[in-house]
Amino acid sequence: MSIVELLKQPWHWAVAGTVLAAVKFILVFFGQSFGFSTNLRTICAACGAGTQIIFFKFDWKAQIWNLVFLVGAIFGGFIAHHYLSTDAPVQIASSTIADLQKLHIAAPIGLQPAELFSLDALFTVKGFSILAIGGLLIGFGTRYAGGCTSGHAISGLSNLQLPSLIAVIGFFIGGLIMTFLIFPLIF
Amino acid sequence: MKFIKFLIAGVLFGIVMAKSEAISWYRIQEMFRFQSFHMFGIIGVAVVLGMIGVALIKKFNLKDIYGQPIKFIDKEKSITSYLVGGIIFGLGWALTGACPGPIVVNIGYGFISLIVVFLFATLGTYLYGIVKDKMPH
Repeated sequence: MSIVELLKQPWHWAVAGTVLAAVKFILVFFGQSFGFSTNLRTICAACGAGTQIIFFKFDWKAQIWNLVFLVGAIFGGFIAHHYLSTDAPVQIASSTIADLQKLHIAAPIGLQPAELFSLDALFTVKGFSILAIGGLLIGFGTRYAGGCTSGHAISGLSNLQLPSLIAVIGFFIGGLIMTFLIFPLIF
Repeated sequence: MKFIKFLIAGVLFGIVMAKSEAISWYRIQEMFRFQSFHMFGIIGVAVVLGMIGVALIKKFNLKDIYGQPIKFIDKEKSITSYLVGGIIFGLGWALTGACPGPIVVNIGYGFISLIVVFLFATLGTYLYGIVKDKMPH
């Protein structure tokens, strides 16, 4: 199997975790820290929100490196799809497939469920609402908590920060409430 | 040119998130249902290697590429904002199956409806900025 064929297969979690740690330390040695959701605040500030709201009045230009990182991440997704993909369905656990079928979500035929992310779903009130409300919760919650999976789970826990552990516990409380209490009501 | 290294780091991040399927809604569901080790393995390995790396950087007082000492800033002490903010984010993470990084990786992958998630996430951060001083922290 050639290297490219190997890279086209889904990557093992140990490989992925190692590369993620490498990305974190690349940023650290470039004099920055790994935290993706900061970009949302930076975008608000760059759009001029700092003129009215003190929270957005900061030197956002010092965060341009992070916006460049964001653009790189978009390219990375593009490259993964067009050059490093087999388009095989995600191999999730059969127990997850069975649970999702009870919620009327079919077994994977690709990377994402059409029930949520197809354009057909987007142009329904329910489909649009799911994406919009989900986005609001992510943007509001990450800033209130002071970080997301990268800033707290990876950077914060690596530095043995108790606040980050509290935040990660919060992530899971919220995720479990959504999965087990709210999903049965909306799907 | 000084930004190109961050572009490359971002590309690497995007590829690893996509190829490990960490950007997949299905994988996030599998995680929140505790039915696979996959996502816990990714985050766990990154955190353990991160802890080792941070400890080594501190022990040997390593410097960044500009010769500046690497400092890790402690998070402010609080419980409410981290816990409540974390819960709010967790609700959105499970609903869309994406945290902020994977939102944009998905857009690059071709799932363009995630643009809606991204725009509303930016709006959510804006709303937080408006009500920040009225929220308990």
